[in-house]
Amino acid sequence: MSENAPAGTPQPTSAASAGRAATGTDVPVLQIAGAVKSFGGTEVLHGIDLTVNRGEVVGIIGPSGSGKSTILRCATLLERLDRGSLCYDGDYLATAGQDGTSSYRDAKTLRAARSKFGLVFQNFNLFPHYTVWKNITDAPLHVQGRDRDEVERVAQDLIRKMGLDGRERAVPCELSGGQQQRVSIARALALNPHILFFDEPTSALDPELTGEILKVIRDLAAEHMTMVIVTHEMAFARDVADRIAFMDGGVIVEEGDARQVVDNPRRERTKTFLGKFTDGA
Amino acid sequence: MTTQTMLSMLGQGMLVSLQIFFWTLVGSLPLGMLVAFGRLSRFKPLTWLVRAYISIMRGTPLMLQLFVVYFGPYYLLGLETGSNYRFTATLIAFILNYAAYFAEIYRSGIESIPHGQREAANVLGYSRSQTFIKIILPQVIKRVTPAITNEVITLVKDTSLAFAIGVTEMFTQAKAIAASQHSMEAFVLAAAFYYVFNAIVAFAMERIEKRMAYYHE
Repeated sequence: MSENAPAGTPQPTSAASAGRAATGTDVPVLQIAGAVKSFGGTEVLHGIDLTVNRGEVVGIIGPSGSGKSTILRCATLLERLDRGSLCYDGDYLATAGQDGTSSYRDAKTLRAARSKFGLVFQNFNLFPHYTVWKNITDAPLHVQGRDRDEVERVAQDLIRKMGLDGRERAVPCELSGGQQQRVSIARALALNPHILFFDEPTSALDPELTGEILKVIRDLAAEHMTMVIVTHEMAFARDVADRIAFMDGGVIVEEGDARQVVDNPRRERTKTFLGKFTDGA
Repeated sequence: MTTQTMLSMLGQGMLVSLQIFFWTLVGSLPLGMLVAFGRLSRFKPLTWLVRAYISIMRGTPLMLQLFVVYFGPYYLLGLETGSNYRFTATLIAFILNYAAYFAEIYRSGIESIPHGQREAANVLGYSRSQTFIKIILPQVIKRVTPAITNEVITLVKDTSLAFAIGVTEMFTQAKAIAASQHSMEAFVLAAAFYYVFNAIVAFAMERIEKRMAYYHE
């Protein structure tokens, strides 16, 4: 792709391009354009455009059923778009035809492309029969076929970084929810993804455990890890994200600088939604 | 007849029973997995065929199935099968019958694994076969072991059905001895044999369950 964004590409907001990711001429890590997705005749995404630049942290907020998780599932190939395009680092995994219908690349290309992104699930989805160590190292070794010494070094670093020292031989059921989520973040990072998606990473945790996960994500942001975070933690999203997209009813209602969207939302729907959080606080 | 002779006759029968037991498991445990795949297939005609097969195997007596497999080639196809065919027929009937039961156990086990496991494996780039063999299957085995144990214990006792087509397994021998000796002794010994056999099976399966008890979901 050239430096000139083709027509129809979503415009990055001025806030984002002026943000900490001063890489305006770089190809975006992720570009989704015109994303439409239906489940059994019900359209849940009505044409979503989302661009994420290198080093950028994008928060996606919005009520349940707004399509937040669906857009992540489409971006991570767990679901296929009906219409629209999906592009990582300038490589199209799905292109939109004349009528908008998405056509995907072959299975082999898609499988190879999976190493570009990682996904952290709400329910962790760790492999219960694998130790912490094997959860983290198995895919780098047996999917990516990387050198064992190198993988073990990376795993050691991640274990330390996630504060899991001494738990390498534990199985997930022996860990707290917060620890399990940290293992799942380490598992995703071990594959060296260009972008990491979080699908409500703290929603399944007890309130006193959310802090440790938010801290891990903050640390990753400080290292300029490119991330897209679907979350209900408004204060956190405001702090950690460069840009926030507010979704409702399958569209992005408002998108802009994180503080601006949370502190001074322009759209009524955004105000109403955020009001529910601030009223109680 | 001395107890010695009796034990030696029963011992020969026992070897046959053990062979039926062993080969039935060797055949039906893997075959059941293939049947379960067929049952879970997205190709509808295959699903229906497999459902019909399972339904017949579970809905009719194993003894009747033994007769069909043993006499079918002659009555239906006019083939001469010879007396060696008794043992083969027993294995065919037992394997087909037990594969149907195992298939249903595997199917419910596979379906009980949370979908998130496949999704996590998918996002991490595992291929379909890697996902099944490394991620899904080990968890399925843990979940289905208690149900498999029940079937295996039933199989030990079901081997005596081969008596119906004249295979000289344990029970056939016991009955022959009892008839000639006008004595219950052979039956008591046979009962002891089945009981001890099953105690060993139960013990072994428990060991297997314990080995997989290092984690839970």
